[in-house]
Formats: sequence, structure tokens, C-alpha cells
Amino acid sequence: MKIVVCIKQVPDTKGGVKFNPDGTLDRAAMLAIMNPDDKAGLEAALRLKDQYGAEVTVLTMGLPKATDVLREAIAMGADKGILVTDRVLGGADTWATSTTIAGAIRNLEYDLIITGRQAIDGDTAQVGPQIAEHLQIPVISYAQDIKVDGNTVTVQRQYDDRYHVLEVQMPCLITALSELNEPRYMTPGGIFDACSAEITTWGRADLKDVDDSNLGLAGSPTKIAKASDKVRKGAGEKVTPDSPEDAVAYLIGKFKEKHVI
Amino acid sequence: MDFTLSKEHEMARTLFKEFAEKEVKPLAQEVDETEVFPRGTVEKMAKYGFLGIPVPKEYGGQGCDPLTYAMCVEELSKVCGTTGVIVSAHTSLCIDPIMTYGTEEQKQKYVVPLAKGEKLGAFGLTEPGAGTDAQGQQTKAVLDGDEWVLNGSKCFITNGKEADVYIVIAVTGKIEKRGRMQKEISAFIVEKGTPGFSFGTKENKMGIRGSSTYELIFTDCRIPKENLLGQKGKGFAIAMHTLDGGRIGIAAQALGIAEGALETTVAYVKERKQFGRSIAQFQNTQFQLADMATKVEAAQLLVYKAAMAKATQKVYSVEAAKAKLYAAEVAMEVTTKCVQLHGGYGYIREYDVERMMRDAKITEIYEGTSEVQRMVISGALLK
Repeated sequence: MKIVVCIKQVPDTKGGVKFNPDGTLDRAAMLAIMNPDDKAGLEAALRLKDQYGAEVTVLTMGLPKATDVLREAIAMGADKGILVTDRVLGGADTWATSTTIAGAIRNLEYDLIITGRQAIDGDTAQVGPQIAEHLQIPVISYAQDIKVDGNTVTVQRQYDDRYHVLEVQMPCLITALSELNEPRYMTPGGIFDACSAEITTWGRADLKDVDDSNLGLAGSPTKIAKASDKVRKGAGEKVTPDSPEDAVAYLIGKFKEKHVI
Repeated sequence: MDFTLSKEHEMARTLFKEFAEKEVKPLAQEVDETEVFPRGTVEKMAKYGFLGIPVPKEYGGQGCDPLTYAMCVEELSKVCGTTGVIVSAHTSLCIDPIMTYGTEEQKQKYVVPLAKGEKLGAFGLTEPGAGTDAQGQQTKAVLDGDEWVLNGSKCFITNGKEADVYIVIAVTGKIEKRGRMQKEISAFIVEKGTPGFSFGTKENKMGIRGSSTYELIFTDCRIPKENLLGQKGKGFAIAMHTLDGGRIGIAAQALGIAEGALETTVAYVKERKQFGRSIAQFQNTQFQLADMATKVEAAQLLVYKAAMAKATQKVYSVEAAKAKLYAAEVAMEVTTKCVQLHGGYGYIREYDVERMMRDAKITEIYEGTSEVQRMVISGALLK
């Protein structure tokens, strides 16, 4: 089985968010991590690899710095990493991004493509399904469980209050939720291997069957008029103690923790 | 000279930090309170290769360098001194001597499962009458046919009852050295479950309370002849060389404890208010923090230098002794000051710095006291 996992380097939400003058994210200036949903997707692929044997290729589009998440994925157990990077691809919205990634994936053999549901920077959840459309393959989004039997993939698709069980034939694309699993850690030896692993780098010229008019900032139908950092309010904490006594004990505990009393 | 870490080491630190925060920190207080060996954590560390970091891949390890290993012990010790020493004793005191002095058969039989974390290792040198004075050994090994027969006991053994493989130092005879009769000392590999090998008292300790510190007892314990480690009569040199490596592990543990206490205290002083302002705004607090941060960084440089020396030099006794001496004394000083900055809360079990101060003390004592480190360092100066 050949699995392609699309991953994205996103700003760490614990760090500050910075913008370019054109309203796009200034990714170079921010602390970066592997998008959590994508990490769950990678873990799902690695579990299929452990169970059935598979070749797992991770692919990302971004600045050269995005090789960090490819190396992290390799240190977790992925076999190959591909970086799609080119100045003309910068500033892409979901349409131009999915066009680019589909153009890259057309160079690869695959049975299964896994993407995260959505990235914590854009939160659109559009890129995964759009890639499937470009490649003309079925897509199941919001996967909370994935099972493979021969050529058939059985997926639980999550809803607010229920889930659907869907069966699909490979090749197909699945978008993963971070609830899908608890991603594994890297291993120290995996890190050393990943740092010496060769990362394939593709540019515009390597994309297959794509039109320039659909790429980069110029090929993006979505234009960002203005973007700014939201003033965050503490998320707070909701508790439902069983009794008034428990509520008081909880509050006193919190006050002590904060040295109010 | 460039003090920046390589990409590998940066990523390894991220890994160890994340693991320590998620898997080790939540249990630290309970491990201390209940003195229960954190078996579940050890199994998780085994799964991710933390128990064989500097061991070559062909022997089941991760194929990384001593610096990566030291960083692992450092990050674990930042949140739990017990977990740090479990990895240190296993790696430096049990795997390392077998890797250095063992036969190919011994490496295959013992290092592979140890490095994979399927087995845990320990090291027995100290005896009731032989701590710093390692020549005072009483445990004897006598060759009887194809077997060595061990009699005696070892005390204060880290990973004591939890380990599967033990390096045991014992007297195998007498030799004349410079006209004086001296004990001939050799090293052995002993497996748990060998008849005649049992456990004595469990020590009730001030700190690192989950680390399973036991007395090992040998009563006509027969081990195969081939379990002699290295040459007969070279046991003292093997023990001393092993401790050189072990000191880097303990130095990393001490460094981690100091860093953990400092981090906790920086967060605390920003929150704690007295006289209408946070105590971080008082110059006394600021200067104390500045001094501590400076010393902690100096300790880190010495520890990393010693770890790099182990990777590149045949002899690194002085580097290891300096790193352990300084890091241990910094750990004691920093944790004591951190308790002081916490005021009354620092004396309460609920607060991590209280445990860290108790954990720090042992780093000045085991694997060579600070006085022994001074002897090693000055000995090299005056040679």
C-alpha cells in the first residue's frame, strides 16, 4: 500500500501571530509546528504501515523552513518527504493550494491520501476535499476511525452528535480529525536518520497538469482585505460539581492555587 | 567555536521536553510520595528508544551520541529526578561497561535487550564498607569449575529490585603491586533470578524516592564463567571508567533538577504578590534569578562539554568530574534558593521545588561525592 500524507507547518498557537503587509501570514517570523489534524493523519498512516506494511510519503507545500515538519514526520516513521516550494506558489488560498498539491501528487503512485481536516491557521477544511476533486477520487472527511480491509477502507465520519460509517474503495482521500488517535513521539534514532534523510524538493516546473492561472497569490480567488490578531480572552473553565460542598472545595482549591487565600 | 546545537540535538530536545511534560511530570509528585517505581513510564521510554540512546543500532540502540543521551536525562530530570536517574544508571552504569569491555556474545546477549528496553540494568560497586574507597570491597568471587561463586553484598543500588541485568564488582584474589599486596578486583554480569542472588533492605530515601534503591545479596551465587566482564583483575579500572561515564549522566540529572527548579520559580515569582506587587519586581528576586540562571548555564556548558568529550576522547575523567562537581553543587544551591523564593509554600510537599531540593542533594553524593570529584580534578592538575 502506498500512502501520501499531506501535512502543513502552521504557527504555534502559543506563539504570537504576525502578518505581512498584504494581509497574508508572515510564516517566517513565527514559531512553527506540524498542524495537529495532519499529525493525526500521519499517525493513522503509520498505524496502517505497522499493521499491513505501507510506504508512507509526506508532502508539504511551504517555505524551505517547512522541511522541519517533513523531518519530524520521518523521525516518527514516514519513509519519504517531499517539499513543494516556489516563489510563484506563495500567498496561495485554498484553491491555489489544492491545485498545487494535486499537481504534485500526480507525480506519485498512491492508494490512499490522508490530509488533516483543517489547519489551525486558516481553519477552512477545504484543501483536503479540493485535492480529491482535482484528482477525481472519492473523499471522506472528518474521519474519527479508519480501517482497511484489502482494497476497502471503512471510515467513521464524525458529526456533532453521531457518526456515519462509510466504505470506500482505494484510491481515495480521507481527512483526519485530531481525535482520531494520539500521535506517537519521534524516536532519538529516528531524529538522527531524519536529519540526514534526503528531502525531495519540487517547484512549479515539477507540478503536473496545472495551469499558472490557478497558482499562487495571483491564482487565488480569495483576496484577504485585512487580517489582524484577535484580542484573546481566556477560555475560562466550566465545571459542574456534584454538590455545593464540592463547588466550594473546588473554588477554595483554585484560590489557593492562585495564592488569593 | 560555535555554541549552537545541531538540528538533530534541537529536535531531540523538543522530543524529550514534550515527553517529559506529558508523560513524566504528571506522575512526579506521586512517585515521590508513594516511592513506587514508575514502571509504566519506563515501558513508554523503552518504546521510544530512550533506554538505548547512545548505543549503536546494530546492538538495538538509537545510534545517537552521548550529548543526546545527556539531554534526555536533563529534560527528564527537569520534571522528575527519579526518572532521570533510572535512565542514567541503566545506560551509563550497565550498558556502557558491557559495550566497552564485553565480548561480542555478551553484547548480543545483554546489550541488545537492554538497549531496546526489554530489560533494565543496574550496577553494584558500593558496599557497606566500600563507598568512596572502592578498594575496600568485601564481595568475593571464586572460580569453581566453569562457574564463579559470588558471596557478599552491595548496597545503595539504583534500579535495585527492578533491574534484570547487574554489573557486579567483586574481589577475585590478591596481587602484588609495587611491593604491596592488593585486592584483585574483577567485574561480572549477573542476571536477576540466579539462585543465591537476592535483595535485602529497600532504602527509604530523602530524594529520588521512586528509584528502587536496594541492597543486593549474594550467597553462593553461581554464575557462568563467561559472565566475567573484561579481563580478570581489571574490575577496578572498569568500575572507574564506568563511573566517568556515569558522572556525565548524573551531571545531566543535576543540571535538569536545577533548570526545573529555576523554571518553576520564574513562573512563581511573577504570580506571587507581596506588599501589593509581584515578588518578581523586587530586586532581591531579580538578582537571585540572574545569579541562578548564570550558574545553570555554566553548568550546562560543562555537562555538554563532558558529553562531547565522551564522544571524541578516550579519556574524559576530568571533564566528567568537573561537570558533575559543578552541576551537582549548582543544583543544590539553586534548589535551596528556589525554596527560599517560594517562602512557606516552598516547604510544602505540594510544591515541586520542595521535592527538587531533596532530589538535588544526592547528586553531590552518588557516583563519586563532590570531594572525590575534587580529588580527580586536582590529581590531574598536580600530576
